Amino acid sequence: MSPDVVLSVRNLSVVFHTPDGDVVAVNDVSFDLRSGETLGIVGESGSGKSVTASSIMRLNNSNTASTTGSIIVSGVDVLTAEEDEVRRIRGSEVAMIFQDPLSALNPYYTVGKQIAEAYLVHHPKASKSEARLITLEMLKKVGIPNPDKRIDEFPHQFSGGMRQRIVIAIALINNPKILIADEPTTALDVTVQAQILDLMKELQTEFKMAIVLITHDLGVIAEAALDVLVMYGGRIVERSTVEALFSEPTHPYAWGLLGAVNSLGKSDRGALVTIAGSPPSLIALPIGCSFNPRCAYAMEICTAEVPSLREVGSQGSVSACHLPDDQILLLGRKAASL
Amino acid sequence: MFMFILRRVFFALVLLLAVSFFTYMLFAMLPSDPAALTCGKNCKPDVIAANRIRLGYDKSLFEQYWLFLKGIFVGRDYGTGAAAFSCGAPSLGYSFGQHECVTTLITQTFPVTAYLSIGAFILWMLIGISSGAVAALNKGKWQDRAASIFTSIGVSLPTFYIGLLVLFSVVIWLRILPFPSYESPFVDFPTFLRTMILPWLVLAVLSAASYTRLTRNGMLEAMNEDFVRLGVAKGLTTKIILRRYVMRQALVPIVTIAGLDFAGLLGGAIITESVFSLPGMGKMSIRAVVESDLPVLVGTTMVAAVFIVVANVLVDIAYGYLDPRVRVK
Repeated sequence: MSPDVVLSVRNLSVVFHTPDGDVVAVNDVSFDLRSGETLGIVGESGSGKSVTASSIMRLNNSNTASTTGSIIVSGVDVLTAEEDEVRRIRGSEVAMIFQDPLSALNPYYTVGKQIAEAYLVHHPKASKSEARLITLEMLKKVGIPNPDKRIDEFPHQFSGGMRQRIVIAIALINNPKILIADEPTTALDVTVQAQILDLMKELQTEFKMAIVLITHDLGVIAEAALDVLVMYGGRIVERSTVEALFSEPTHPYAWGLLGAVNSLGKSDRGALVTIAGSPPSLIALPIGCSFNPRCAYAMEICTAEVPSLREVGSQGSVSACHLPDDQILLLGRKAASL
Repeated sequence: MFMFILRRVFFALVLLLAVSFFTYMLFAMLPSDPAALTCGKNCKPDVIAANRIRLGYDKSLFEQYWLFLKGIFVGRDYGTGAAAFSCGAPSLGYSFGQHECVTTLITQTFPVTAYLSIGAFILWMLIGISSGAVAALNKGKWQDRAASIFTSIGVSLPTFYIGLLVLFSVVIWLRILPFPSYESPFVDFPTFLRTMILPWLVLAVLSAASYTRLTRNGMLEAMNEDFVRLGVAKGLTTKIILRRYVMRQALVPIVTIAGLDFAGLLGGAIITESVFSLPGMGKMSIRAVVESDLPVLVGTTMVAAVFIVVANVLVDIAYGYLDPRVRVK
């Protein structure tokens, strides 16, 4: 593990045991996160991106889910560590922002108390007044106006965007090395989305942290991320830089995603291209490549064998597709230019 | 907040007035002659007539009701001359069955009901909340199933059945406790305890059942909340999460219902008091029903109504403290 890698995920698999059968939500996922980097994870609902994120903090219910592989944070394997050790990592080394800021805050306590609580749990020697000062400081940093008045208000007195700022304040109060943002802007208005993304970027530079940004919105990825994992059916199907994803995507699913993006610069023939079919049921994934029933280029081998990740093209992209390299590059460039 | 309380108290008073009117009218319309009930079988017509005038039953219904209302505030005098007597304010009327002012009867019987209610209430909150919490924390395991069996039994078995069963097995069959005979705790505390322990337990265990369910479901629901996940993600200890996040939310409906249940109990635990022959307000009410002792019934109904209405106001105020989202500014 090279020194600037802050998070190393190897062969992560998460299986949920449900009455209908076992659901493989995450299947053999591996990636590294370097300090200061922003890694985007993109995919549809049910692609396993959120479960991957919650595994990093061991938030999956151990009664219903079995998680295998390893997740190394600061030399500790989160998946096998003692509960106390994991609790020390949660909030101080790795922090998390949730999708819906309206339900992520405890409605019964003031926002100040909730931020201070996060500080105090990792600084048991700090006094309450000390925690309050740091909380005020943090509220200023995340852009809450009148922090000395609003610190004593309850979550329901804040708007959605302001609440997400509070959630960010909670996440950053202990100066974590890694911030996991699970669809941080999905529940917000578009104008507020941009503000929150800008705030996250700004704070990332200030706090020198790495961000795992989970989203289904390629616009958010383009704006905020450096590297991207594309997930489908619980597996990584493509890993590339943002530039490569938008100029030379290497997986048919990524082509479909790009085609479904709406933008002003698009050719005026207009209609959005959608990916035919719907995401697979994780209980009964298609045999072979999970994407084969929806793939326009599916071949015989796609229904038999799961493609493994291999490097394609000159930009360092990695793709899990059975198509030959030259065809991938050709079709990828075509998809990107549409 | 002050205006809110003022408004609630005002409506509470209006409500109590309505309750008093309808109870008084309802009981007054029963086909029994209160005056005829003032003396035994061999009552002479002239005694009945004299009593009717003395107790005011010769007047029109509305006038009777007015005198009843007035009596609550200024007390009431009955009759003139040597046979005259009076019930001081707050007078709730005169019981011709027990030949005593209703207010006096209530002050005699209410403490028994209060001791029963308070003891049972404390026990049942302890049993209900802790068993519900154990069930929620061990969802699907044997503790949860045991709690669910306990709830089914508690909800479906009536007090008179369990009460008699316990009375029979503990007192008559096993002879662990003497037959209940009530003593004031200030006179003979050990006897008081020996008498109250069974009714406390029976009432507590049966009422706890619904609180077990309420606590369990409330906690499980809270555990699925996003903010609880955020609490875990903050690195909080399980203890803090359970106390500040899970229990805090589960407690809101519990406090609401507990307030009303407790108030209802203070109005007289009729069956429990009857089964364990405790001389409380509930037992007195039953006796009043059997004897058609209308003033007592109106009196106890009024007292019960006051408790329920007051509890409602208190619960509304408490709700604002428990849940900042409904707090009135």
